[in-house]
Amino acid sequence: MGKKILLEHINVPGIETFDVYRKQGGYTAVEKAIKTMSPDGVVDEVKKAGIRGRGGAGFPMGMKWSFLAKPEGVPRYLVCNADESEPGTFKDHYLMKNIPHLLIEGMIISSYALGANKSFIYVRGELMYVIRILEKAIAEAKAAGFLGKNILGSGYDLELVVHPGGGAYICGEETALLESLEGKRGNPRNKPPFPAVKGLYQCPTVVNNVESIATAAWIVNNGGDAYAAIGIGRSSGTKLISASGHIKKPGVYEIELGVPVEEFLYSDEWCGGIRDGHHLKALVAGGSSVPILPANLITKLANGEPRLMTYESLSEGGFQTGTMLGSGGFIVFDETACIVRNTWNFSRFYHHESCGQCSPCREGTGWMEKVLHRIEYGHGSMHDIDLLVDVAKKIEGNTICPLGDAAAWPVASAIRHFRDEFEWHITHPSEATQPGAVFKGEMALV
Amino acid sequence: MEDIKPQLHKVTIDGIEVEVEPGTTILQAARKIGGDVAPPAMCYYQPLKGSGGKCRACLVRVAAGSAKDPRPMPKLVASCITPVQDGMVVENSTNEQVLTTRKAIVEFLLINHPLDCPVCDQAGECDLQNFAFNHGMATTRYEEERRTFEKHDIGPYIQLHMTRCILCYRCVYTADQITQKRVHGVLGRGDASEISTYIEKAVDNDFSGNVIDVCPVGALTDKTYRFKNRVWFTKPVDAHRDCPTCSGKVTAWYRGEEVIRVTARKNEWNEVTEFICNTCRFEKKKTSDWVIEGPTKISRSSVISANKYRADLIKPDFQKKLAAATYTDVDDERDTSQLGIQQLPPERFAPVLPHANDPEP
Ligand SMILES: Cc1cc2nc3c(=O)[nH]c(=O)nc-3n(C[C@H](O)[C@H](O)[C@H](O)COP(=O)(O)O)c2cc1C
Ligand code: SF4
Ligand code: SF4
Ligand code: FES
Repeated sequence: MGKKILLEHINVPGIETFDVYRKQGGYTAVEKAIKTMSPDGVVDEVKKAGIRGRGGAGFPMGMKWSFLAKPEGVPRYLVCNADESEPGTFKDHYLMKNIPHLLIEGMIISSYALGANKSFIYVRGELMYVIRILEKAIAEAKAAGFLGKNILGSGYDLELVVHPGGGAYICGEETALLESLEGKRGNPRNKPPFPAVKGLYQCPTVVNNVESIATAAWIVNNGGDAYAAIGIGRSSGTKLISASGHIKKPGVYEIELGVPVEEFLYSDEWCGGIRDGHHLKALVAGGSSVPILPANLITKLANGEPRLMTYESLSEGGFQTGTMLGSGGFIVFDETACIVRNTWNFSRFYHHESCGQCSPCREGTGWMEKVLHRIEYGHGSMHDIDLLVDVAKKIEGNTICPLGDAAAWPVASAIRHFRDEFEWHITHPSEATQPGAVFKGEMALV
Repeated sequence: MEDIKPQLHKVTIDGIEVEVEPGTTILQAARKIGGDVAPPAMCYYQPLKGSGGKCRACLVRVAAGSAKDPRPMPKLVASCITPVQDGMVVENSTNEQVLTTRKAIVEFLLINHPLDCPVCDQAGECDLQNFAFNHGMATTRYEEERRTFEKHDIGPYIQLHMTRCILCYRCVYTADQITQKRVHGVLGRGDASEISTYIEKAVDNDFSGNVIDVCPVGALTDKTYRFKNRVWFTKPVDAHRDCPTCSGKVTAWYRGEEVIRVTARKNEWNEVTEFICNTCRFEKKKTSDWVIEGPTKISRSSVISANKYRADLIKPDFQKKLAAATYTDVDDERDTSQLGIQQLPPERFAPVLPHANDPEP
């Protein structure tokens, strides 16, 4: 069994209530931090832990915290990004609804470390029931003296606000989130300035993912060094993986970073292998935004060594043969999945979710979607494939926020690794458009 | 306290050095040099706070970040919002990647554009036309259906033809910053976004007409001028009047003896220098309303100056004759050495004038 940091008590009955959570050792980290540690002391532990942001970009959390500007007389804010809308990623939802107090405890510690007196949890708007769960948890914590004025007699005040999201994937991008939180249209901002300098209401702000913040409690209790000892190198600690697709046991799993991909995929502790009678065809390892990998590149690196569930190992080989850990949305495809259809589906999502501010993303996502639709429905031509590659290339890196890249990568990688399948759709339109038809060419199935 | 003047920053753009105040953007520094060194801008608008960064037309490569940290920047950057650093080296029209990307931006902006220039009032003074002409390709790779919208009347004077909009947000910033309350914004997402007045509420504000001038394309047009004329047949003059609401300094556009349109004055980058009120713009269409100062200096929108001021440069003959016949009354002694038209070799016009070599009628 791997080490559990976040989900250790997930199966304890009543863990969503304050009393049970407290009995399992909850809120001891708040007591320890506020009574015995300075705010900078907490920041130092998080730095030592080496934890990287769990929202997708993987930016070291302690470093982000230490970049926070601290001008005199200006409030600072902590905002928790709980907008989770990436296709394939559903870990934050799971965490918040089952152990809401873990996030609340993390919020108190993180706010204390950053010197924030008002902090926000921006929750995906569709998750109204989770918002109610969090509000109940906040009320309980407040009644017990862990929130509000003069927490534990320390003189430190903190108010926690739960805010329902604006109903768009783009509101998960940190600066769009801040705009939305300010009551405006959720358009990403141009950076710089970064939120650490000018964030919410133009004040210094830290935005962190639910999972990142929830981890703070364990780090304070056990020390940054203990956390850094888990995992491998710069991929320290544990990570929640949302496993879905053609596997026997879909669900949210906490793994120690460094587990081999093969083990994660086939071990009964986790995914339990591909459903009976089928074979692995492809994998999206980190949510819909990251490049898709074909079966032969998933479990082994180019040099024959096993590929591990770490930031570094998954991206080994760059975009030619690698992918990214992203937000940990582990989507598995067997041989019944049509890559063209899936790529079109992802593309449809990004087209729908582009905020429309910058021309490459606004126009390019729609263009790619329409061309993919055409290919999927038997009206494509060979030059469409190169057109898609070119459009993706023209979007990538030229946009305001990373949604443009996220829209381009799935298309570019699907064509890179499954070009024959796209060609088959074009050369065999009547076969390819039969319900459930899938290319059965020379594929490396595992 | 000593009164120290801020140290100027030295920047090199396309191999040309320029010194600018700290805080200047790359685009502004490049405009100081002028010519091809200045990147195109489709959304940035100097008078509007917060504008820029959206269209990506102005992307440039930063080959060296600063004297202190001479590393190149990993991605192309939007020159309109990126401040210069001392010792920065920038590549604009000298960089292949920049030019390729710019071509792509033109393509992106055009795939959902109706290309109805022949019936569009903006034609001839359209930033998108200029941008496409200077940086785009002559053909399209787009085979899908284009998005379309219904036309909307925004109040009595302005029409919104959303199908032409490139979502530069200039009108939104204008409505935000120069009119008292904004009743006009963006609805929807992605390529379905639309400029809107909530529930078609009219923009009844003294300065609302300025959105027409800031619009880089023909999405916002002047209903008092719609379909009246082509800009290259009209003659702009600087004029003013004693106005209680605005400065009263405008450009009046003449066709023969008649003022057929009034706009704010623009600088060489097509940016309004002073916003004007709706009375000046829409209600004062008589020569007697205005004190005429003299012909407007046209330096960028070359088509406007083309037929009248430099008739001798326009080939072939029939056009010269047409121009001469139409504009015999134009007596213009201005210095034309700055006119953009001179820099364009005649071959540039050949493909767009299919009848150029037809025998004279
Ligand atoms: C289009 C887009 C959507 C995003 N959605 C989320 C999200 O739902 N949740 C999240 O935590 N981060 C999301 N991110 C990443 C955030 O911008 C940001 O990097 C993250 O919240 C920082 O937290 P972390 O450092 O703890 O990962 C998104 C980014 C982009 C570009
Ligand atoms: S990349 Fe897409 S989502 Fe991001 S700002 Fe640009 S248009 Fe909006
Ligand atoms: S209507 Fe004109 S000014 Fe407004 S966003 Fe569209 S193109 Fe820009
Ligand atoms: S002018 Fe710079 S991005 Fe539009």
